[in-house]
Amino acid sequence: MDKTGTEQISANTIGEVKSQVSTWRAFTGTLKRDLLLVFRRRSDIVNPLLFFSIAVTLFPLGISPEPEFLSEIAAGVLWVAALLATLLSLDSLFQQDMADGSLEQLVISPHPLSVLVLSKVLVHWLVTGLPLTLLAPLLAVMMFLPDEGFGTLFITLLLGTPTLSLIGAIGAALTVGLRRTGVLLTLLILPLYIPVLIFGTGAVTAAANGMDVLGHLAILGAMFMVALVMAPLAAGAALKISLNG
Amino acid sequence: MQELLSGQNLACERDDRLLFSGLDFSLNSGDVLQIAGPNGTGKTTLLRMLAGLLPDYEGEICFKGQPVSDDPDLFRENLLYIGHHPGIKLNLTPEENLRWYQSLYRPATTEQIHHALAQVKLTGYEDVPCYTLSAGQHRRVALARLFLQPSPLWVLDEPFTAIDQGGVKEIEQLIADHAQQGGAVILTTHHNLSLPAELKVINLGQSPQQKKDNGSQQTDAGEPGNG
Amino acid sequence: MFDKFVAWFHRMGSPKWFYEITGRWIPWFGAAAVIFLLVGTVWGLAFAPQDYQQGNSFRIIYIHVPAAILAQSIFFAMAIAGGIGLIWKMKVADMVARSCAPIGATMTFVALFTGAVWGKPTWGAWWVWDARLTSMLILLFLYFGVIALQSAFDSKQSAARASAILSLVGVVNIPIIKYSVEWWNTLHQPATFTLTEKPAMPVEMWLPLLVMVIGFYCFFATVLMMRTRNEILEREKRTQWVQGLLSKK
Repeated sequence: MDKTGTEQISANTIGEVKSQVSTWRAFTGTLKRDLLLVFRRRSDIVNPLLFFSIAVTLFPLGISPEPEFLSEIAAGVLWVAALLATLLSLDSLFQQDMADGSLEQLVISPHPLSVLVLSKVLVHWLVTGLPLTLLAPLLAVMMFLPDEGFGTLFITLLLGTPTLSLIGAIGAALTVGLRRTGVLLTLLILPLYIPVLIFGTGAVTAAANGMDVLGHLAILGAMFMVALVMAPLAAGAALKISLNG
Repeated sequence: MQELLSGQNLACERDDRLLFSGLDFSLNSGDVLQIAGPNGTGKTTLLRMLAGLLPDYEGEICFKGQPVSDDPDLFRENLLYIGHHPGIKLNLTPEENLRWYQSLYRPATTEQIHHALAQVKLTGYEDVPCYTLSAGQHRRVALARLFLQPSPLWVLDEPFTAIDQGGVKEIEQLIADHAQQGGAVILTTHHNLSLPAELKVINLGQSPQQKKDNGSQQTDAGEPGNG
Repeated sequence: MFDKFVAWFHRMGSPKWFYEITGRWIPWFGAAAVIFLLVGTVWGLAFAPQDYQQGNSFRIIYIHVPAAILAQSIFFAMAIAGGIGLIWKMKVADMVARSCAPIGATMTFVALFTGAVWGKPTWGAWWVWDARLTSMLILLFLYFGVIALQSAFDSKQSAARASAILSLVGVVNIPIIKYSVEWWNTLHQPATFTLTEKPAMPVEMWLPLLVMVIGFYCFFATVLMMRTRNEILEREKRTQWVQGLLSKK
C-alpha cells in the first residue's frame, strides 16, 4: 500500500504538472477550514454578539429609558452598535494567517487572491454579520422600535453587514502586518462605513414612519454589489503589501 | 537536462538597502540549489522573491524559459514553497491542515494524507489538534506536503528547523529523491547537507561592510526611477 | 505626440530630474500664487459687493470655497499619484502622494474652520450639520486615516503602497459619501440657504472667487513641489547626486 501510494504521486513529479487546480475547490476548501477554526473557537462568534448587546444596553442607561425617545433612536443605535461590533471583530480576520504563515501560502497559491479573500470574508460574515442580524430584532424589542420597522431592520442588516465585512477586509488587510492595529483599523474603516449607516438607518426610520423603503434597499444593494466586486481586489492587493511590510 | 528556473541579473533593494545585485542562476531539473550566507544577507528575501512573494526586484525570473510574470499561475502550480513559518493551524489536526493545502492544489484522499503523514513519522497523530504537537512536529506536518503535491519545484526556507537528526536524514533523502526524479529544490539551511547528487550553491555571504560600499555604488549607478 | 508624453513620463519618474525641473518651476508658481491670492483677497474683501442677505460675512467664501475645492482635488491628486506609484512602481509618484496628504488635511481643516466661523453669524451656531460641512468632516477623517497609515509602516515603500490603496478606496467612496450625506441632510433639515449654491451669483462676486481658486491651486502646486523635493532629498540621500548637491552648499 505504502509503495503504491508513493508511486502514484511521484509518477506525476517528472514533467509537466497538468492543471489540476480548481479555484472553486480552493474557495470551498478555505471556507471549510475557516469555519472549522471558528467552530473550534466558538467565543469568536459569541463575543461580537455580547458586545452588540452591551453597547445597545448603554444607550437607555446613558440617555433615557423613555420608550418614545428610545423608539426614535432605536434604528440608529442598533445600526451603530452592529457596525462597531463588526469592526471590532475584523482585526483578527487575517492576523492568525499572517502569524502562522498560511497567508503566504494563500498569496502564492495558483488562484486569484481575491477569490480566497472573498472566502474568508464570507466566513467572517457568517460568524458575525449574520448572527448580529438575527439578534437585532430581539434588541429592537428592548429599544421599542416601532413594529413597522422590524422587517426593514432585518433586511437592511442582512444587506448591509456583508458590505461592512467586505469594506472592513480592506482595512484588516492593510493593517495586518503592523504591530498594533486596533485603533488604526477603526480610523481607516469607520469613515467608509458612513454611507451604509446612513441608508441603513434611513430605511428603518422611513419604514417606521410608514414610508416606502425600496429605494433605500436598492441603494444598499448597489453598495453591496460595488463592495463585492472591488473590496476583495483591494484587500488582496493590500495583503501582498502587508506581507512585505 | 531541462531548465526549470533561471534568474538573470537579479537585484533586490529593501528600504534603500541593497541586499544583492547582479545575481544570475540557472536551475535544471535534477538540481539542488542551496542559498548560503550569514544572517541578514537576504537569503530569505531571495527565496521569497523566487516564490513570487516579493514584487519588488530587478531582473527577470523565468520558469521553463518563460518569464514568470507571463503566466504566474502556471508557475505557482509547479511550485511548492514552505516558508519560515510552517503555515500550520494549531486548532486543526494535521490531517485537516493538509486537506486545506490540498484543496489549493490537487485533492488528496484520506489514505494519501495518512500515507504522507506516515512518511514524516506522524502516524497516530492524524487526528490530534496541532497545538498538542511540538514545533518540530509542526514542521513535519508542513513537510508532509512534499509527499502530496507533485510540484517539480520545491522552495524550502530552513526546512530542518526544529527537526531531529533522524528527521534531517530522511528529508535529505527526500530531497535527493525528488531531484533524481527530475524535480529541483532550492533551499536555505545552516546544516551541512550530505547529498549524493551535486549541490549548487549561491553564496550571498559578504561582510556587511563590503555590502554597504557595494550598495552605495550600486544605488548611484542604478536607474533612479525604478523603485 | 504620445511618444513624447511617454518619454516625459519616464523622465518625470527620475527623482533627480524631478528635483531639478521643479526647482526651476517653484519661483514661477510661487509668484503666481502670491499675485493671485493678493489680487483675489483685496478684490474679494474690499471691492466685491455685499450680499443682500448676509452682508459682509459672506466674504469668507473667498477662503472657504477655494479651500474646500482644494481639499477634494488634493485627495484625487493623492489617489492618482498613489495609483501611478502602485502600478508603475514610480518612486516620485509615491513621494508626491505622500506630500499631498498633509496639505490636503490642512485645506480640509481650513474649510471646516472657515465654515464654522461663517456659520456663527449665519446660523447662530459654530457647528451645523450642513451637508457640505459634514462631508468635509468625513473627508478630514479620510485624510487622517491616510496619514496614520503612512506613519504606521516602517518601510517607506510599503507605507506608500498601502496608503495608495487606501486613497484609491477613498476616492471611490468620496462620491458615495457625498451623495449619502446630501441625502441624509435633506431628510433631517429641509434646505436652509447654503454657503455657495446661490441663485446666480453676480459676476462681481464670483470673479474674485475664481481668482482666489486659481491662487489656491498655485499655492498648492508650490507647496507640493517643495515638500516633494524635501522628500526626495530625504529618500535619495545616499545617492551620488544628492551627496554632490549637499557638498556644494
